[in-house]
Amino acid sequence: MPAAKAPTSLRRLFDEIGTVDQIGIEERVAKFTTRSLKKKSKVFGLRLAVSMVDLTTLEGKDTPGKVASLCQKALRPHDVGDIPPTAAVCVYPAMVKHARKHVGGTQVKIASVATAFPSGQAPLKTRLAEVHAAVNDGADEIDMVINRGAFLSGEFGRMQDEIAAVVEACGTATLKVILEVSELETYDNIRAASFLAMRVIRPGDFIKTSTGKTSSNATLGNNQVMLEAIRDHFLATGIPISMKPAGGIRTAKQALHFLIAVKETLGDEWLNNRRYRFGASALLNDLVRQLEKERTGAYQAPWNFSEATEGY
Amino acid sequence: MSHRLSITKTPKCYVGGAFIRSESGRVTALHDASGTFFANIPQCTRKDLRNAVEAATKAGPGWAKRSAFNRGQILYRLAEMMEARAAELAEALTLNGASKADASREVAASIERVVHYAGWTDKYEQILGSVNPVASAHFNFTVTEPMGIIGVIAPDDSPLLALISLILPAITSGNCVVALASSPQPYPSILLGEMLTTSDLPGGVVNLLTGLRSEMLPTFATHEHLRALSGAVNAADRKTLKLGAAESVKRVHLLKAEEPIDWFADKRQGVEEIRTLIEFKTTWHPVGA
Repeated sequence: MPAAKAPTSLRRLFDEIGTVDQIGIEERVAKFTTRSLKKKSKVFGLRLAVSMVDLTTLEGKDTPGKVASLCQKALRPHDVGDIPPTAAVCVYPAMVKHARKHVGGTQVKIASVATAFPSGQAPLKTRLAEVHAAVNDGADEIDMVINRGAFLSGEFGRMQDEIAAVVEACGTATLKVILEVSELETYDNIRAASFLAMRVIRPGDFIKTSTGKTSSNATLGNNQVMLEAIRDHFLATGIPISMKPAGGIRTAKQALHFLIAVKETLGDEWLNNRRYRFGASALLNDLVRQLEKERTGAYQAPWNFSEATEGY
Repeated sequence: MSHRLSITKTPKCYVGGAFIRSESGRVTALHDASGTFFANIPQCTRKDLRNAVEAATKAGPGWAKRSAFNRGQILYRLAEMMEARAAELAEALTLNGASKADASREVAASIERVVHYAGWTDKYEQILGSVNPVASAHFNFTVTEPMGIIGVIAPDDSPLLALISLILPAITSGNCVVALASSPQPYPSILLGEMLTTSDLPGGVVNLLTGLRSEMLPTFATHEHLRALSGAVNAADRKTLKLGAAESVKRVHLLKAEEPIDWFADKRQGVEEIRTLIEFKTTWHPVGA
């Protein structure tokens, strides 16, 4: 960290929370991919990962019909076996009322992105109105984006005030604060943004890596920086903050690597879907596919899991 | 420069257009007919098979969409690549004690077989497809489609000709192949991979594994993504393959390895071999009465 070049506000913050050893983090996460998981632990991990998925569709072409099938998939990821439902479905605010028809009253929560997702570049008033609308339509969880412009120009107070305003607008809904790590450039900035967010959100609220709309998304490295920030924050204040990596986690193997990181950084307390989530769409199918492989002993074909395969 | 260190080759399997070692890191020592150590050959596992199927999944749709003529051009290019390295292929075949004449004959027959199927790519459809007479106001026609990913299990003998005779009819029609080479004579398949990679054939269309047949067969049998199995194996292996294939309703086309197979024969090539590895699609198109 070139501390001399950083704005005063950032330097003051780093004096308090410490910086990140980039090489150390990367060496550490490389080890997570070398653990050998035998059958019983693998099945446990895969089932846990399914129960942590925020099954997501955030596209301009989303329709009520598409959201309906997403909800059915979330409630019952596969037609055989006893695979648990996912943690939540994650949709745009306009789709919340459609999702509610299908998962309202079930254990599958409705998460909605709000605050001018994915850029966050709208007046605060508009962003808060979007949060209110989503909550009124029945969203249980709100995924907001931070004001990266404010963060990068050192206006931490403004960034935190905006998060605090969204916390208030959420009411009883859980909040997930998206840092959009790819736009924060460095591990140090990710750590700083994590701390700034954690200081204004409530116990049980989440910090989340990315929107999934930029070139680089959740990686084991980003995830680790944020997990360690959560750990340090917890040890200092006793406040448990939850974590959600999102975007780019497509395979069951990746998901297991992330769970190993959670287990070895935060421990068993975080190995449940109140403390840890995966924001993903393609991941669920691969998790189910691997669980079916473990159940039947045969490698599975993708067409059994609602995947377009063009006849292959 | 009187003394030079020898540069020995590490044989690797051709999977997904790349040359890989087995994920297990295991190898089998290969010796020539006189018992001299020749090289370490990868001993692939079921996970390598799974990875090869994933590679074929990616390559498949693109290969099937190539025009028939283009598939022919690419197969002919493979023949060109093999022709240029024919001497090396023949030498590989003599490793197990085959005579130079026999080896050259097998290489020549293999190259001719590639050219044979290169010719078939834009012709089998005319022979196998049809326009069908129906007693209603419909234009009824049948066209062929590739099945998908085909598992190929090569016999012990004729390690080049048998392997390529099993692979070619599958890829001619747009299928992809995951093949297990001859267990005792895997080296020709390693060389074949090096020729496939320079032949314009998209990576992942043909994947060549080496290893122990007994270890790999149960996974070939049960892997749901393989749509057909084609090979020459003994009675016990045929049973394993058929039982496993029944579970996922695979097509099974197996020759008896315990009986002599003349891989040079004309009946080991041709449109009937292509027919065993395609699906037929019949369309009823309404026309004015």
